[in-house]
Amino acid sequence: MPLSRKIGYVNLTTGEISVQPIPLEMRRRFLGGRGLDAYLLYNHVPAGADPLGPDNVLLISGGLLTATCASATARTHVMAKSALTGLVGSANMGGFFAPELAWAGFHHLVIKGRSPKPVYLYVHDGRIEIRDAARVWGKTTTEAQAAIREELGDDEVKSLVCGPAGERLVRFANVMTGIKNAAGRTGMGCIMGSKNLKAVAARGTMDIRIAHPVEALEHNKRFIEQITSSKVNQTQGTLGTPFIWGATNSWGGVRTRNFQYNQLEYADDVEPERIDEIATETMGPYHMTGCYACQVHCRAQYKIPSGPYKGKYDEGPEYTSQGAFAGEPDCRSAETVLVGNHLVDQYGVDNLEIGSLISWAMELYELGIIDREQTGGLELRFGNDEALLEMIHRICRRDGWLANALADGGLAASEAIGKNSFDYLIQVKGMSNLHSDERATPGLALNIATASRGSDHLRSRPAIDLYHLPEPVLRKIYGSPVPYDGPLSSEHTEYIGKPWQVFWQENCYMAVDCLGICKYHTVFLGATHPNFEDWPAVIRLNTGLEFTPREIWDVAERANMMERLFNLREGLTRRDTRKGDMLNHRYFDEPCRRGAPGVVGLKIDRERFDKMVDEFYVHKGLDADGVPKPETLARLGLDREPSRVM
Amino acid sequence: MSHKLLQIDHEKCTGCRLCELVCAVRHHGVSNPTKSRIRVIKWEGEGVYVPMACQQCQDAPCQKACPSKAIARDEALGAVAVDYDKCIGCRTCVSVCPFGAMHFVPSERKVIKCDLCEGEPQCARFCEVHAVTYAEPGDVGIGKGRVAARRLLEADRSGAELLAGR
Repeated sequence: MPLSRKIGYVNLTTGEISVQPIPLEMRRRFLGGRGLDAYLLYNHVPAGADPLGPDNVLLISGGLLTATCASATARTHVMAKSALTGLVGSANMGGFFAPELAWAGFHHLVIKGRSPKPVYLYVHDGRIEIRDAARVWGKTTTEAQAAIREELGDDEVKSLVCGPAGERLVRFANVMTGIKNAAGRTGMGCIMGSKNLKAVAARGTMDIRIAHPVEALEHNKRFIEQITSSKVNQTQGTLGTPFIWGATNSWGGVRTRNFQYNQLEYADDVEPERIDEIATETMGPYHMTGCYACQVHCRAQYKIPSGPYKGKYDEGPEYTSQGAFAGEPDCRSAETVLVGNHLVDQYGVDNLEIGSLISWAMELYELGIIDREQTGGLELRFGNDEALLEMIHRICRRDGWLANALADGGLAASEAIGKNSFDYLIQVKGMSNLHSDERATPGLALNIATASRGSDHLRSRPAIDLYHLPEPVLRKIYGSPVPYDGPLSSEHTEYIGKPWQVFWQENCYMAVDCLGICKYHTVFLGATHPNFEDWPAVIRLNTGLEFTPREIWDVAERANMMERLFNLREGLTRRDTRKGDMLNHRYFDEPCRRGAPGVVGLKIDRERFDKMVDEFYVHKGLDADGVPKPETLARLGLDREPSRVM
Repeated sequence: MSHKLLQIDHEKCTGCRLCELVCAVRHHGVSNPTKSRIRVIKWEGEGVYVPMACQQCQDAPCQKACPSKAIARDEALGAVAVDYDKCIGCRTCVSVCPFGAMHFVPSERKVIKCDLCEGEPQCARFCEVHAVTYAEPGDVGIGKGRVAARRLLEADRSGAELLAGR
């Protein structure tokens, strides 16, 4: 039974370990995964704690459905107070770790304190062991996983690790498992490094009893057929996420030269078809791979085709790497994208953050805000592929003044650099924006401005806004499980109705993050994909728990409010450009210069943006400052937090 | 009578291990990869994944080696089957299987192997990429033959083009 999965509390300072059941009442309130983690974060991290200090708490979890007979539920969630933003730190990845953790008897780990020496955790069939990491520390992400398998003498062990970037406390170091699955954002690898925790290894042989196995099997078959028959997933299964970059670049939704342009021109070498060609040439026609029990297989396998890294095996690149190593720095070589992707995988660092920060530094260099002495002799101009790759090495090794400043994240670096460098930094809440440009899409702009972990597309993006779906279709999707009869617009450049869509998506994504489901299997890229109405059946067949669609929505709203409460406690204020629900001024002041005719000239209207935020707050039950009203907290059962039930 | 065969084309395998999940759920009602009869063996760092399952050998070592004569051919499906009334749990079959396709479940103290799910192998049914298929015995080589023939044809053509100086 998934409900038999436990929570393990580990204190790395004292070595104390405690294993507890997860109360059913907490499952009903938060399901699992990110939802329960959000509760634990608010309840276990003291207010104002130093993110890199022993008081911060690292949370690792699988979702309620992880390792059940429900495909595409392999997501691992990692949470802590962010090393990058000081607000909610949260990241999510696929692969094979979370199911292994579940077979080993656990759904949640709460890791406190700081080990006096490098260690890793070994979780095996109901037990947690703290082990010496002397032979693992210092290794790259893939070397570390191999070393742990060798040390434990077990090829089936799955580990999540921090890489050399995490060990060196790069503030946006990530947590990785496998070759390229990354809990990428908000610096969770830096938190591992700060705790002297190199890895968590899991191996399990314990049953997860399925409540209704025959029906669950048949339900899963129908689910897979629905997913694999959709065009969007078929395209993903052929080209991977690079197809998204190709599509958005074509109309001008990809930021280039940091934020000067919104389209990368003459870029055939980094288009998805070319990357697919290289993968086919180096790995053969069947070069796609998948996460646990998923039939979408959206991850390409490739070998670097040329240059000093020729022959190195890796996976991806995702569209984020196309943005980070092609679009933003204005580099147009497939080899650069593939090498950049390989380097960040090996160092264990967020590709979105590092690509964005290097592009920012390139703009500062071209503007004369930083000089060649500060770049350590690098000609840090747009289109300089060698300088881009060199900066990845330097940042991950904290090598040189500029690299060391950038390794502390954009906000800290803007203070170190000084002058007006902050004006050019494309971030929200201290986290850099991904490679997309939201000036033509107010709904998406609202999403990145209000996302709990900072500028990000996976927390509330109404991505289907770009499909121009007819209004009745939008009503069908966005009108349940909570009735909505306000305005909705099929036009992606519109402002009306978008706050509701962002609010709905925020709850949808939180629900899948609680269940452990991948976002490619809900209303993210596929408009008709499963959502609230479909989840009660899969939950019941696998766990025996009964939920209504509305109850799942309430869990999601509650968990999102938990994250909001954490952010407010740690200093979020609405219009703060460093810690608020606010965009960089360039969204309002600089119009799009490229792209489709309906896109050129667009920028975000400050007043209408402000109104969208107002409306979004009303939907969430917040006052005009973004603080929850007492009746909202009472409705969600959060009026006594921190309640310290767990 | 010729029986259908479980056919594995590892080049198509994406490494997702859904076959392991549905096998364990079908046979035990649980999710547990150590209770699957099919196992995906991986070389993660090279991106190579090979599903391994019972080949239902014609001259089956497990059957020959079994000291209690518990292993026999199931005539209906052509599968090599374990009779649990006779099985003594000695794991000799595990030792002699050349494919590592005989597994031992510690909690149940018994060996498990592929039984072709009464003629509808769930691994093949769920594998959308057709790395695992349930194929007619006369057809098992033809798919690979077609791919090889295409390669040959292309080599032939480019050779002719080279000779023609194009």
